[in-house]
Amino acid sequence: MHQIFDAALEINLLHANQEGADHNREHFDRWGITCLNVMSSPGAGKTALLERTLAALRRELKIAVIEGDMTTELDAERLRQYQVPVIAINTGRSCHLDSKMVSGGIHRFAQDYDPAEFDLVLVENVGNLVCPAEFEVGEHAKVALLSVTEGEDKPLKYPVMFQEADCLLITKIDLAPYLEVDFNQIMANVRQMNPHVTIIPVSTKTGEGLEAWFEWVRSQTNKLRLAAPVSTVH
Amino acid sequence: MHETDMTKALIVTVQNWWNEQPDHPKISQVHLTVGQFTCVEPASLQFAFEVQTRNTFLEGAELVIREVPLIAFCHRCQREYRPEIGVQYACSVCQSPMEDICSGRELKVDRIEYAAESGRV
Repeated sequence: MHQIFDAALEINLLHANQEGADHNREHFDRWGITCLNVMSSPGAGKTALLERTLAALRRELKIAVIEGDMTTELDAERLRQYQVPVIAINTGRSCHLDSKMVSGGIHRFAQDYDPAEFDLVLVENVGNLVCPAEFEVGEHAKVALLSVTEGEDKPLKYPVMFQEADCLLITKIDLAPYLEVDFNQIMANVRQMNPHVTIIPVSTKTGEGLEAWFEWVRSQTNKLRLAAPVSTVH
Repeated sequence: MHETDMTKALIVTVQNWWNEQPDHPKISQVHLTVGQFTCVEPASLQFAFEVQTRNTFLEGAELVIREVPLIAFCHRCQREYRPEIGVQYACSVCQSPMEDICSGRELKVDRIEYAAESGRV
């Protein structure tokens, strides 16, 4: 005779992804690399931001990019002009990067280059305000972008992304004069769920605010270097 | 969209458990807790689960979702409160920002109900 039984599991659905992310982060730590996960909705300006970042910082920091894109290599091509390694990951149907995909990217990177020579890996996530927030990839910090054209209410509507961000870039501020955009409202909306986030308004077109962003990136890489055990500091 | 991936993660979690069971029992229900401060929409998850379990060991199994509200703790007021998702996250009394989340971020398989020969526990 059949009887109904019960098994208690208590397992987080993202457990496997989290383990993979921790594993990726261990690799980065061993190599002395800081990894930043750059996330936003499509068209907020992630690729443009990375272009400016590579152009400005590639001589002082050794940088590689892991580029997530659903189907194309268009963004990766744009970034390759800056003569840094760009590892393209086509996510296919999936609308975010997960730790397994990034792990594949890291292994390809480690085959072709000596990762220990690098300081910074920038992960450009798939344009999406929802899913990337739930799937950690092994980053040390999360960077979210919100363009002024998206409206002040987006942090309220997509709270997880903005609540998890360590740095928020308000992008396309050169367009602000043409829009009725209230910067204070954007900041207040973000700060009511994430009071400690660093907020930097920028324009990749005019360059306004970019120096503050570069400085934040530098501070992140120094943080890891200072935290490293003395024996591994070269 | 991403409920497909969440469902995949759910199926893998249950499958790992199922593979460890010597008699591979017939699973009747999967109980899941979903916090309201996650990116998961229960209705989409139900749909994806039904579609993705067809012709698998989970065919016909029921997905039972328990939703858990977002509850935060306000340090200034020393009390728990329920932020209004999409509207206001700060404490409604003193306007302090939401810092400590007590519940609402859950995404976990609580338990599984399955049929097996009686006498086996």
